Parts: sequence; C-alpha cells; structure tokens
Amino acid sequence: MAPSASVACDGSHGNRPFLSGRRIYDCRHVYTILKGAMTDTDNIIVDTTQRMFRDLADPQTLNLAADDGWKDVLWTALEESGLTLAWVPDDLGGAGAGMDDGFQVLRVAGAHAVAVPLAETLLAGWLLARAGIASPAGRMSVASGLSLANGKLSGTARGVPMAADCAHLAVLADGPDGPHVVLVETSSCQLDVSPGLAGDGMATVTMEDVTPVAMAAASNRVSAEDLSLMGAAVRAHQMAGALEAVLGVAVDYAKERQAFGKPIAKFQAVQHGLARLAGETAAATAAAGSAADTLHNAETFDDAVFLEVASAKIRAGEAAGEGAAIAHQVLGAIGFTEEHVLQRYTRRLWAWRDDFGSESEWALKLGQRIAAGGADDLWPLVASR
Amino acid sequence: MTGAIQFDPIRLSPEAQELRREVRAFIADEIASGGFDPAAAPLDDGFDPDFSRRVGARGWIGMTWPKKYGGAERSFLERYVVTEEMRAVGAPVRAHFTADRQSGPVLMKYASEDIKLDILPRITRGECCFCIGMSEPNSGSDLFAAQAKATKTADGFVLNGTKVWTTNAHNSDYMIGLFRTSPPTEDNRRHGLSQFLVDLKRPGIEINGIRSMAGGDEFNEVVFTDCLIPADHLLGEIDGAWKQATAELAYERSGPERFLETFGVLVELARTLGPEPDARGAEGLGRLVAQLHTLRRMSVSVNGMLEAGKEPTLEGSIVKDLGTIWQQALPGRARDLAALADPVTGDRANFDVILPYALKIAPKLTIQGGTTEVLRGIIARGLGLR
Repeated sequence: MAPSASVACDGSHGNRPFLSGRRIYDCRHVYTILKGAMTDTDNIIVDTTQRMFRDLADPQTLNLAADDGWKDVLWTALEESGLTLAWVPDDLGGAGAGMDDGFQVLRVAGAHAVAVPLAETLLAGWLLARAGIASPAGRMSVASGLSLANGKLSGTARGVPMAADCAHLAVLADGPDGPHVVLVETSSCQLDVSPGLAGDGMATVTMEDVTPVAMAAASNRVSAEDLSLMGAAVRAHQMAGALEAVLGVAVDYAKERQAFGKPIAKFQAVQHGLARLAGETAAATAAAGSAADTLHNAETFDDAVFLEVASAKIRAGEAAGEGAAIAHQVLGAIGFTEEHVLQRYTRRLWAWRDDFGSESEWALKLGQRIAAGGADDLWPLVASR
Repeated sequence: MTGAIQFDPIRLSPEAQELRREVRAFIADEIASGGFDPAAAPLDDGFDPDFSRRVGARGWIGMTWPKKYGGAERSFLERYVVTEEMRAVGAPVRAHFTADRQSGPVLMKYASEDIKLDILPRITRGECCFCIGMSEPNSGSDLFAAQAKATKTADGFVLNGTKVWTTNAHNSDYMIGLFRTSPPTEDNRRHGLSQFLVDLKRPGIEINGIRSMAGGDEFNEVVFTDCLIPADHLLGEIDGAWKQATAELAYERSGPERFLETFGVLVELARTLGPEPDARGAEGLGRLVAQLHTLRRMSVSVNGMLEAGKEPTLEGSIVKDLGTIWQQALPGRARDLAALADPVTGDRANFDVILPYALKIAPKLTIQGGTTEVLRGIIARGLGLR
C-alpha cells in the first residue's frame, strides 16, 4: 500500500529528517528552532511529544473524560506530527527518525498512560519497513504466529494489543519458503476482544485465508525473536515512563496528604518506601535507556542486544510490580479508586510487563543462554560494553 | 513526571576496552602464578601488599591522578574497568583500594603540596595503605555525634578518643579521621568536626583487632591517647568537615564494588547448574544476570556522568542502595537455586567453598560505608521529602 499523499516526504530534510516537512502540533516556534538548529533535535522531539501529550492527553483529564472523543483528536495530532511512523524511513512513508528518538517518544507516552496504539503502530511500521513494505496511514498493531499459504494468511494470534482499535495489522507469518512480513486489514480478521488488565483491549485474532494488502519475504532482516525483542524494548520504555509518572504522583501526594498532624512525607516509613520506588524507577529507566542505545547502534540482533533487551524487560517488569505496590500503599484508599489517576498507570504497568514476554519468560531464555555459554563466559558477556 | 533521576546510556571507550584486555591478562598471570584463587574465599580478607605493588607497577593505582603525583591522568571510566575486573575475580585489592578510591582524592583536594608530593606517589606505587576513621563506639550512622577530640596546641593537634570498626587499621600507614575540634552549634549540629591525616606510626595510638563473624580480622578499634600530630595534617577547613563531602561521594557510592562483592557466587552458581539447567535454575539465573546487568549499566552511567561534569548524587545513592541489597541477597538466592541442581551435570565443588564465605560476609554489605537506612534517607531528601 502506498503512503497517503499527506505524509509524503518533502525530500528537503538534512541529516535528521524527523519531523521535517511536517506540521508539528501547535508549536510553530519549536519548528523554527528545529530549522535553525538541527543538532538539538533529540530534545525537540521529546519536548514536542511532551507538549502534545500535555495538551491533549493530560492523564487526569482523560481519566474523567465522559467519552473517548479525545482519542481521535490525540491520534490526529500524533499522526500529523509524524510521530506514529517514527521508525519508518522516508521512502516508505514514515518520518525516518532514529531508533533512540522513537524510544524516547514511547517513554513520554508511557508517562501519560495513553490508550491509543502509538507503541503498536511504531512497532508495526518498524516490522513492515524491515521487509520494505510501506506503512499505511492510521493505527496498526502487530501479530505473529500465523501461517502463510498460497498467498493467504490463516491461523490464530493471541494477545494482540489494541487490535480492535487498529485499521491494519502487521504480521510476521510463517510461509512455506520462510517467514514473511504481511500487512492485512483488521476488518478481514475475526477478533475476540477482552479488556485485558489495562482495559485497552487485547484480542485473539483469527484469520481464515485472509488476502494481504501487502507482503514480502522477511529474508534475514527480521525473525520472530527480533520482533519479540523490539516489542519487549518498546514495553520496557512505556513502563519506565509510567514509573516516572507514578513516582511523581506518589511523591506529590505524600507531600500534600496530612495525617497525625503532618504531611505523610515526614514519616520515615513512607520516605523509605518512596526511596525504594525511586530505585525501582531508576532501574527501569536505566535498563530501558541502555537497551534503546544498544538497539540504536546495533547492526544485528546479536548477543549484546539480547542481554540488553531481555534485562530491560525483566528489570522493568520487576520494577512495575514493586513500584505499583509501593505507590498504592502510599496513596492509600484514594489510589484504589477509579477516579484517581494512579490506576491508569498501575493497571498498564501490570499489562505491559506481560506483553512481548513476561519477566519469567525472558529470564528463562536469558538463563538458558548464560548456562549454555558456561560459567566462565558470564562475566565477559556482562562486561562486554 | 519528576525528571529528577537521569541515567545516561554511557558506553566504554575503545581505550577502556583495550585496557580491560591488559587487566585480564595481568589477572590471568596472577592466578596462574598462585597470587590468588577466584573460586576460593579471599585469604587475609584480600590484603596482599605484594599484589598491590604489582598493580601499582602497572600504573593502575591512582590512575586518574595528575602525573606529578604519580598518577597516569587516565579517565574515570578506565579506572572503572580496572576496578570491576579486579572485583569480578575477587582480587586482593584491599591494601590499595581505600587509598585509591577515597583517601588519595581527599588528600588531593585538601592536603598541603608537601604532603601530596610525599604520599600520593607512594600510594600509586602500592606502597602506602590507608584506613578511614569515622565510626566510634557511640557514633556510627550518626556521624556527627563523633566525640574523639583534636585539641589545638602550639605544636599541632593532640588526638584523644576511640575509633572503631576501622577496616585495615592494623595494616595501614595512615588514617584519614574525623575528630571534634569544637562543640556543635545550636543551629548546626554538623559543625565542629574536622578531617585529619594521621600517621599511624606516631606514639599515642593503640590498635586492637576485632574479629568479625566471618572469621576475618580486618576490623579494629583504634585508641588515641595524647597523640600529637603536626598542624598541617588538618585537611580542609577547621570545624567544617561536613562541607567536604562532595562529588567524590558519588564515586564512592556507585562503584562496581557496590554490587560485585559476592559475584563469585553467581559464577559458581552457573557452574553448579551446568550447561542445560531445568526451568527453575535457568529462570533464576536469568533474573540474577538481568539484575546484575542493570546495576552495572547504572553504575557505569553514574561514573560516565561524573566524568562529563554532571552531579548525579541522587543516582549514586540509588546505585549503592540497590547494589548492596542485591549483592547481599545473592548468596541466599544462589543457595535456593543450587539446592535442586543436578549433581551429575553440574559442578558444585567451588560453589560449596565460596557460598559459606559469601553468606557470612553478606550482613555487612548493607552497613559498611553508609547503611541502607541512611541511604534511603538521602534518597528521600533528593526526592524533596525531607
């Protein structure tokens, strides 16, 4: 499928094409800075993303919103800014941003616990691009484990995040002559949707001889494990961002809430709980950031990438569990209500730690690799960089 | 979002990795020639002056210091590589490590030029051992309760009082100690303490060993009785020691020694589990490695940020808190995982030697150099809660 005209690249970008030639959401002054100082785009992407989420996806506002009307407004803004196809090169209809920039965007998105498939669309665009397939406009999710025969897709994929909200699915399918990347319309699939822990919708997708919109051999450019690794790194970033937000919520609450005649932040037991929450947040952000940096600079999905990404998913997942528990304890009963913003984060932390492999699944794989490598190769692997 | 906690993804330079190869070759030679055994509990608590001299001869002590003081003017990340390679194999670094990490930098900042030119080159040669005199019988975590006194006289300062838990005092040439020079003031209880360089060979000093529960004799009680030291051995501002805890604290808190003290147990756990462990063993091993990897990345990050001129003080405290708890828990978790390992496919001979030692030293790991409780108070202050 060809990219729509509205996201065509203007071809006039410098070495950092991200956002060039596109309208940045309501930030004309930022756009001017971007034109004048291309070297500082990292911060501008993050700033722009933050501004967009702050204006259109304030968690407290969304939490109290009467309907889902905000989703389309936010999505349109994200799409027009080029953020939704950050990892798709210009010639395939995307923004051609760096891997690291895309992960930073996802950390910000995690910090707003948004219920739009930004992460899924980024990932889908990446998967399609690995096989040279152009990304369509609109929302996408990813699935794997389906079979391709005679040019048609069949089978069942479980746990496809937010599939019901997406117009397209990017699929990594097993074909007779090796894995293929396939783009299908969601409307041609059968969806069995459950709300999932996050409430964002998790689908079992069944396909029976579905005709793809586009397909290409994956060759050696992407494997099922590569897709899992990318998905795991994506979720690790969302969890890191969400934990940062949870830390902020919990610290602010502890400073405001009075009990026994003083703010609960003055009690040592509360202080130490929040110090632990800070430690868990730090571990998640450091592990996720290191994994992103590794993916950004990696040419292949090698042992170093595996160690980095598996560790990030494991450690961020552990931090999600520990961190959510601490924050809920600090916030007491109010944090257990639907009206309070905390649950928007903690339910997603619990959901995201399961997606693309839980801590246990990644730990098993990592442990098996370490064991197979032998005790004396453990330190050289850990200290490889 | 707080945005207050930052861990830049720092990578080690090619120079640092080249240095790593040199250090590994050196360590392999040391092990081959019987210098130490990485699979055994360290002898004499890792105190080996001959080993330290050989490390010094390679230029790996005080390696970030100026050349005029015997240093090599290398980067902190290069020092990081040397430190972690030594720690990962349990090399006997105790005779030089305190001076390298802490005492040397304090002298660099606060000592007279004569003292620096005299002592620092000896440290870099591995010939000069330091200990730290902080804790007292009635002052541990509450550092500012210190009572040991330094009284100004015409000839210098006279020391009286007792320091305790002083690691390695019996083997050391010098102590950098905290002594009371004035009473605390009403509005600042931290006021009134000063740092001094103390030559432990001077008269008026009695050093009594205290055996630890792990069987080691590294602890000491150091009693000062009218011990006269020269006036220029005052380090920094009189009564103002509390101001002298600076960025170096972040180095001290965030180094690889904060999570690698029991690392040998993890290596031997892998050997015990063998090449094809069951799901429980593999999953447990994988988690431990993921946690270790994360700690190491955090630690490298803090050191890299310090090198870049940032001040990651909160991040440094977090690394120490998470790291010391992890290395303390490691022996117990390894014990659990090894319990059901197949004795035929795995080799647990070394594990059974190193585990008891690691279990016995574990309790001190969250006490020495600042307890968990103190660290969490510091982190809470960083979060604006205190």
